[in-house]
Amino acid sequence: MPNLSKTKVPMPAQAPEVRARNFREVALGYTPEMAAEEARRCLNCKHPACVEGCPVNIRIPDFIREIAAGNYKEAYEIIFGANALPALSGRVCPQESQCECRCVRGKNGESVAIGRLERFAADWFRENVNEAPVPAESNGVKIAVVGSGPAGLSCAGDLARRGYAVTVFEALHTPGGVLVYGIPEFRLPKAIVAGEVEKLKAMGVEFMTNMVIGRVLTVDELFEMGYRAVFIGSGAGLPMFMHIPGEALQGVYSANEYLTRINLMKAYEESYDTPIIRSNRVAVVGGGNVAMDAARCALRLGAEKVYIVYRRSEAELPARAEEVEHAKEEGVEFLLLHNPVRILGDAAGRAEKMECIRMELGEPDASGRRRPIPIPGSEVTLEVDTVIMALGTSPNPLLCSATPGLETNKKGCLIVNENAMTTRDGVYAGGDAVTGAATVILAMGAGKKAAAEIHKRISAED
Amino acid sequence: MYRIVKKQELNEAVTRMEIEAPFVARKARAGQFIIFRVDERSERVPLTIADYDREKGTVTVIFQKVGLSTKLLGGLNEGDSIADFVGPLGRPTQVEGVRRVCVIGGGVGCAIALPSAAAFRAAGAEVDAIVGFRSRDIVILEEEFRAASDHLYIMTDDGSYGEHGFVTAKLQQLLESGREYDEVLAIGPIPMMKFVARTTKPFGVKTVVSLNPIMVDGTGMCGCCRVTVDGRVRFACVDGPDFDGHLVDFDELINRNSVYREREKQTEQTHLCRLDALGRKLIP
Repeated sequence: MPNLSKTKVPMPAQAPEVRARNFREVALGYTPEMAAEEARRCLNCKHPACVEGCPVNIRIPDFIREIAAGNYKEAYEIIFGANALPALSGRVCPQESQCECRCVRGKNGESVAIGRLERFAADWFRENVNEAPVPAESNGVKIAVVGSGPAGLSCAGDLARRGYAVTVFEALHTPGGVLVYGIPEFRLPKAIVAGEVEKLKAMGVEFMTNMVIGRVLTVDELFEMGYRAVFIGSGAGLPMFMHIPGEALQGVYSANEYLTRINLMKAYEESYDTPIIRSNRVAVVGGGNVAMDAARCALRLGAEKVYIVYRRSEAELPARAEEVEHAKEEGVEFLLLHNPVRILGDAAGRAEKMECIRMELGEPDASGRRRPIPIPGSEVTLEVDTVIMALGTSPNPLLCSATPGLETNKKGCLIVNENAMTTRDGVYAGGDAVTGAATVILAMGAGKKAAAEIHKRISAED
Repeated sequence: MYRIVKKQELNEAVTRMEIEAPFVARKARAGQFIIFRVDERSERVPLTIADYDREKGTVTVIFQKVGLSTKLLGGLNEGDSIADFVGPLGRPTQVEGVRRVCVIGGGVGCAIALPSAAAFRAAGAEVDAIVGFRSRDIVILEEEFRAASDHLYIMTDDGSYGEHGFVTAKLQQLLESGREYDEVLAIGPIPMMKFVARTTKPFGVKTVVSLNPIMVDGTGMCGCCRVTVDGRVRFACVDGPDFDGHLVDFDELINRNSVYREREKQTEQTHLCRLDALGRKLIP
């Protein structure tokens, strides 16, 4: 008997006033009872639209049916067959614009909570089974993966399953890429990422940290070292600035820097040496997930007042709906249709105020969103001691500039063909390095596809 | 882990360490830097590469024990290891096409200037070197500089060794006496670099400075090391660390580098505790 409730089973979460002051995970996860109840809302459609909406085509109704039947391990295995990192995507996927928005239940009420159920299955497996994966029989073929973010991890995992000897090169000191430096602990506990990395190690994947490919080794040298193919999943790590007066003042951060200090370098823990400004009043400029993450981190570090300053309106906010909701509940104030003009400093060179101009929406621009237009004479001044620029990122040019023959488009994104191969033979790429800043699941899908293409090519050669 | 194979105190505050890092050693070039992290809880701190031995697979750094992390590093000994050592980062010093160069080092900056002086010499340039120190007791690398230059001028602020005065006084004197350079390379405290650039400006001599802003990742990801050069935002970690000294906004850099100074004073206490704990771990 399906559950005909029009609303999702609510996700237990830390109370906003409590969680806004700690870094522990916000959403606590379904209990088996809640999961079963929610799973029974799925109608098991014959032609499930949700599966088409999923970038890695997880057999969604099948795994939900297993959850409803209490077969959690089977549910996990269905997901794991399509997605090597389910505990991650269950937490950070924008389900509302992928699978859940296509759910028939959403036509009259809320969609099935697919993301929450995916997370439930992954967490149940980790807590109750967590058997180390058995390494596949080695075929001895060496493949190099550059970058250990979602694209690199999923590519490495899929290749290792097929018996390849994979080495992942990571520039930072901890594997995980944006999953460790970007996404905060309260959305994605780092122990989960570390657990996924350990699983890959158990499958035989070798991780080399502190290796900036392009500087310490070139792509050509990787081939000389015997790697038969190279996958580049170096992400989109180059931060943008507004180039307005005052951006060099003390107290002005890129979101990348702010989040890296907090997430990777644990600036919020007293026992770590990482310095960070303990702000009172913070303006985060931008409206994406990164902006929400930065704003919520600032609250957790003790800020009294945190603004999101965004030049368009609420409808255009690119962040996941749940992140916006969470930020609001925690007390982040949204200054929509505002755009910074300049940042003013005190005598000591520290940010003190930010002047913004109000905007109105005009005709749609190239992105299809209505273009924000400044309203003359509408300047307002915010008293802030910290400004965090979360304007988006573009691919880091370091590797490309050191690799002859690797072509990029005018946005700096690597050009790949339909086989995920770049303009250099044997060099594949995927994730944000190809698409520009996008989502974890798209990057995972791209890593997976590249793994299949690499396998196809190597199999044809041998 | 990266093992310290050799440690030498150059003066009371400055230490030279040779560290095992074979991949870095294979690629290192003068002017590039590394980022080290002592242990899991430490900061990531950039240090310029002072020397390297490709065969032994070691990289040498020379650093002044001024902050938390450099004091932690300086507290370690031969045989100890550190958690992270990543590099080579940044662009190497451009030595090609320079026939006459003046390399200027100030204080511990001499450690960074030395490999560049040697690289210029190896590329066939005639090298004048001006090195400046506060006083005689902190003079470092004199013999090494003598070997890497055609003329060496040692300056001390108090006149206790070499000639009395700042490096800029000697530079001014050389330029006024008609000495011609294709390039002046200055490495040292920011005010020194700023005044070297000011000294060379009227003579129209190309002046390169090696900047040392605060960094986190060192790969262009965080933007912490942004500096304004010729009105444009540049990242010292990937676009530098060498820039045209006549175009750098030095005052902005001085301001940005002071952002955590107060905090550093506050954490002096916790840092002493950690040094103590580290010592107890090493000497059971």
